[in-house]
Amino acid sequence: MTGAMASQRNSLRYRSRLMQPESERSADTHPLTWRLRDDGEVVWLDEYLGKDGYQSVRRALSEGDPQAIIAAMKDANVRGRGGAGFPAGLKWSLTLQGDDMPRGYLICNADEMEPGTFKDRLLMEQQPHLLIEGMILGAYANNSRSGYIFLRGEYVESARVLNQALQEAREARWLGNDIDGSGFDFDIVVHTGAGRYICGEETALISSLEGKRANPRAKPPFPGQSGAWGKPSVVNNVETLCNVPAVILNGADWYQALSGDRTDDGGSKLYGISGPVHRPGLWELPMGTTGREIIALAGGLRGDHKLKAWLPGGASTGFLLPEHLDLPLDFDTVGKEGSRLGTGLLTVVPENQSMVALMRNLEAFFARESCGWCTPCRDGLPWTVKLLQALEHGEGEEGDIELLDKLAADCGPGLTFCAHAPGAAMPLETALKHFRHEFEQGITQSRGPAHQDPIPVGSV
Amino acid sequence: MAARAATTGIIGSDGFELHPADERAMLEEVHHFEQPQAACIEALKIVQRRHGWVPDGAISAIARVLGIGPAAVEEVATFYSLIFRQPVGRHVILVCDSSSCFLTGFDALKQALVTQLGIDYGQTTPDDRFTLLPVCCLGACDGAPALMIDDDTYGPVSPDDLPGLLEDYP
Repeated sequence: MTGAMASQRNSLRYRSRLMQPESERSADTHPLTWRLRDDGEVVWLDEYLGKDGYQSVRRALSEGDPQAIIAAMKDANVRGRGGAGFPAGLKWSLTLQGDDMPRGYLICNADEMEPGTFKDRLLMEQQPHLLIEGMILGAYANNSRSGYIFLRGEYVESARVLNQALQEAREARWLGNDIDGSGFDFDIVVHTGAGRYICGEETALISSLEGKRANPRAKPPFPGQSGAWGKPSVVNNVETLCNVPAVILNGADWYQALSGDRTDDGGSKLYGISGPVHRPGLWELPMGTTGREIIALAGGLRGDHKLKAWLPGGASTGFLLPEHLDLPLDFDTVGKEGSRLGTGLLTVVPENQSMVALMRNLEAFFARESCGWCTPCRDGLPWTVKLLQALEHGEGEEGDIELLDKLAADCGPGLTFCAHAPGAAMPLETALKHFRHEFEQGITQSRGPAHQDPIPVGSV
Repeated sequence: MAARAATTGIIGSDGFELHPADERAMLEEVHHFEQPQAACIEALKIVQRRHGWVPDGAISAIARVLGIGPAAVEEVATFYSLIFRQPVGRHVILVCDSSSCFLTGFDALKQALVTQLGIDYGQTTPDDRFTLLPVCCLGACDGAPALMIDDDTYGPVSPDDLPGLLEDYP
């Protein structure tokens, strides 16, 4: 190996990074990232303790009131950062607890695979103790006997850093028996996956954790009632759990005030952007920051292209238009526009991009990643891809677009066990709504005779 | 259902011999969970680390270690995309084909890989050096287009970078 080759390999190596330097971050305004170092090295235990590390655990365990943690999370209105936006405090308040109930599990969903999303990786690779601290609080609030970090297998560096940090925390007695002299016992295991996007769905994640195929389960019962091995289980995203320590230390009012008058959703958010922009990246910003602000931080689109459309938070969110750039990016506002905030990491589409080709790429992803459990998803998505491929190549037939409408509707909420199919439907429905003419241009043929008089199923 | 105690050598079907160290590693993993079955995915990865892939004979061996039926192991082994059920090359290249990479040069990168390696997805070069596979969004979208070679993530990678990069994986 030559020196030049070695340096090329290192220069191409991907490193997770935050775009804001230390000088622009503070404990008062950036609860998720103020401890991160400019050199991108891991904040290990000594440095973490010097930056108020584990103080929220010390306070909460000495006060000895788990319900107070849940109350603080409710008051702060921390909404799930994995994409669904479900209020974390409410989820915790529904976990079955009591003398007649077995202690269950606190599970961190670190299966980050939503296309366009690269935020949890940063938190795990550079600041593992904040996640561990949040998990201890979550476990104490939910009376969990032990914790799992369900990590995607490809996040090799995250696994290395987390396992080393867990060992540090055990040696310093922040994990294990009688944490900080409180009598509370808790430890965490890192479980690495072996691929498949569906593992990020919380009930599929539990199936996978149990060593089974990652098929989702019907709800109810919800995981808080009967989750891993039938025990009450709480599943929270990495970023959600990383919000907990600051809520406990600084209070719900402070957390709410982080977003100012931008939105009713409190706190800060790891926002990001990718696609053809000058400086793709991640920033911790007040909840309710707008798409225009984030695109400006990224230096705008490459090649002076105009913006055609954007996904606010991953492949399973609906397309928004340039006219939506000034909306505060919070869960309710984006939801009212027919999309979802999702993970809050934007994907931008330039004006010269074919929406048909992009939809073919997105639906091919959803078709491949379907677990195969429910018919509209297992059979409908490959059919959708086939139609989109035909339209992309100018070989579409009359009626194809109506068929796409129907296939998307068949994947709608409530028709399948989990949100994979609705997630596949939302970008398609919004693309068909906003850019229908592009799909129509792919139709060059009349409908073939095989389609015209299908035999009605069940009436033969 | 309890996992069995460690023995000296488990023989699966097709004469597959489970390495004693691998059996011990699997039994160690069992302690992390309420049920031995939960160690199934890790057990498959343990076999794969040693052999590069999971031969059919390993399925019954793992089943015996965990005290579960072979079908329970097989259905897991065929579900997860990073468990390989046929031999792969010495290095596995996972090319991210998700939306952000698609928007920033995935097509050209994939085509360059196909041209330079002379193989497509699911295939291995005749010298058993590289296997090419697609992968779900690698979470490296600010470095798109991205790919992984073995445990290493790279991005952004241009077609021109490939010859030098691949050189490092003999």
